[in-house]
Amino acid sequence: MKVLVIAEHDNTTLKEVSLSVVTAAHTLAAEVDIWVAGTDCSDAAIAAAKVSGVAQVFCADNPSLKHQLAEEVAPLLAAIVAREAYSHVLFASTTTGKDLLPRLAALLDVQPISDVIEVLSADTFKRPIYAGNSIATIKSADTLVCLSVRGSSFDMTTTENTSPACISSVDATATSEYKGLSAFVSEELAVSERPDLTAAKVIFSGGRGLASSENFDILYRLADLLGGTVGASRAAVDAGFASNDMQVGQTGKIVAPDLYVAVGVSGAIQHLAGMKESKVIVAINKDEDAPIFEVADYGLVADLFDALPELESLLK
Amino acid sequence: MTIKVLVTVKRTIDYNFKVRPLADGSGVDIGNAKMSMNPFCEIAVEEAVRLKEKGGVDEIIVVSVGAKESQEQIRAALALGADRGILIETDTPLEPLALAKCLKVVAENEQPQLIISGKQSIDGDNNQTGQMLAALLGWPQGTFASELLLLDDCIDVTREVDSGLQTLRLKLPALITTDLRLNVPRYAALPNIMKAKRKPLQIIPIVDMGVDVSPRTQCIKVELPKQRQSGVKVSSVQELVEKLKAEAKVIL
Repeated sequence: MKVLVIAEHDNTTLKEVSLSVVTAAHTLAAEVDIWVAGTDCSDAAIAAAKVSGVAQVFCADNPSLKHQLAEEVAPLLAAIVAREAYSHVLFASTTTGKDLLPRLAALLDVQPISDVIEVLSADTFKRPIYAGNSIATIKSADTLVCLSVRGSSFDMTTTENTSPACISSVDATATSEYKGLSAFVSEELAVSERPDLTAAKVIFSGGRGLASSENFDILYRLADLLGGTVGASRAAVDAGFASNDMQVGQTGKIVAPDLYVAVGVSGAIQHLAGMKESKVIVAINKDEDAPIFEVADYGLVADLFDALPELESLLK
Repeated sequence: MTIKVLVTVKRTIDYNFKVRPLADGSGVDIGNAKMSMNPFCEIAVEEAVRLKEKGGVDEIIVVSVGAKESQEQIRAALALGADRGILIETDTPLEPLALAKCLKVVAENEQPQLIISGKQSIDGDNNQTGQMLAALLGWPQGTFASELLLLDDCIDVTREVDSGLQTLRLKLPALITTDLRLNVPRYAALPNIMKAKRKPLQIIPIVDMGVDVSPRTQCIKVELPKQRQSGVKVSSVQELVEKLKAEAKVIL
């Protein structure tokens, strides 16, 4: 097995989800390589080289790769995958991974496997289908296997490589006929001092029951008391109470914290698909028939506007 | 300038239906479940119709690859405002790579300036076909779209990404995949449903595509996910905090 992991990074730091993807990769090979593409991304490459069980880091550093657009990255990556004769290429199931993986796979004539939650063997994997209502075991017949991996299903690899992996730079200047097809215009990044949703140990998640964006403030105060962060259901995001990057669920983020507190969340199957692997689930809802109670370890039938202030005073 | 838009649609199980694995694990039991247009495809159709209403689009072609029953979903898209339909007929469900290869042939025949697809279908949840089609055509892609702005020879797409919102400018021809908040699809009015029955719908057998659609993967088993033990109801916030400290030990 020769395995390449595609790093998720912001040109400076390696995202924690990539450490989970490396763990998944280690079920296929004891040592794996990591791909880092970006602009002035040597710090991210150095961080990747420190991850345990990494043999080599390929770093494509070029001004055109600043926003890691799939049109630019995919052909570069396809060339390296072919040259190095990889047997497996692993992405994180993030919006970046989901954008790039199929584009790469199509260039290489491979049928990828999305959202892997368990590696059974070199060619056989488990993945959820139908919003997580069923788990399919899929066997690939492709000679190159391309996967996206759910970070929440794998622990993080340590970053204590005593002898860091060597970093090879990849010539990213000749970026093929795709150059200039897409261009970055702007972005609105969520700025938060709190941990990432996908890495947080504690999440307070608000649903439509919160009734306004102002009412999310108490969730932030509760999250801060426990060093956690705040998520939201699709209904709350659609209603404008929370931003899209906060959405937990089948089409949002998949999370598995130690403690997930769902407040005013009814528990549609699409939401449950994003949080039911959490270790402990608490539901606070005034509707005792809400489906969220079916997955909750601790359910409290109460008006959240009474329960949350009381919870805040008890946790202080 | 007005452009031609190709919209891809898929017939899927209705999103309200809760599927279960078959007892022998060979697949999922969909019984007599209602079949609908994949919700993300419905958003794609709606967006094309809105672009046409704004005057930037002169024709909307809807294409589906699937069994003959998929004509129902094409007719539904025609009732929402698409102009004509194409069904690539096959009784075997195709993988995303094979779908993308078929759709590439359709795109080459029809020469649209814009393709709008759903970001994923709610059965396989792969989130692959649009990106693969863009790659095969050598077109730029705007995935997870929450806002589109059609300009002269390009399109600005705002994408819902993990870190927030990102706006890209894509040169036409381009491919877009839709996310949930791009729009809220309309309901088809009865006169439009009647009118849709007379709109052209071309049916092409898949063999005419001349592409290799043989499967690359095999589904060995379908099973239920791990079920959670049902929990307890607590009677007060105080009891909740005590249990989280003493029993679950998730807070100190």
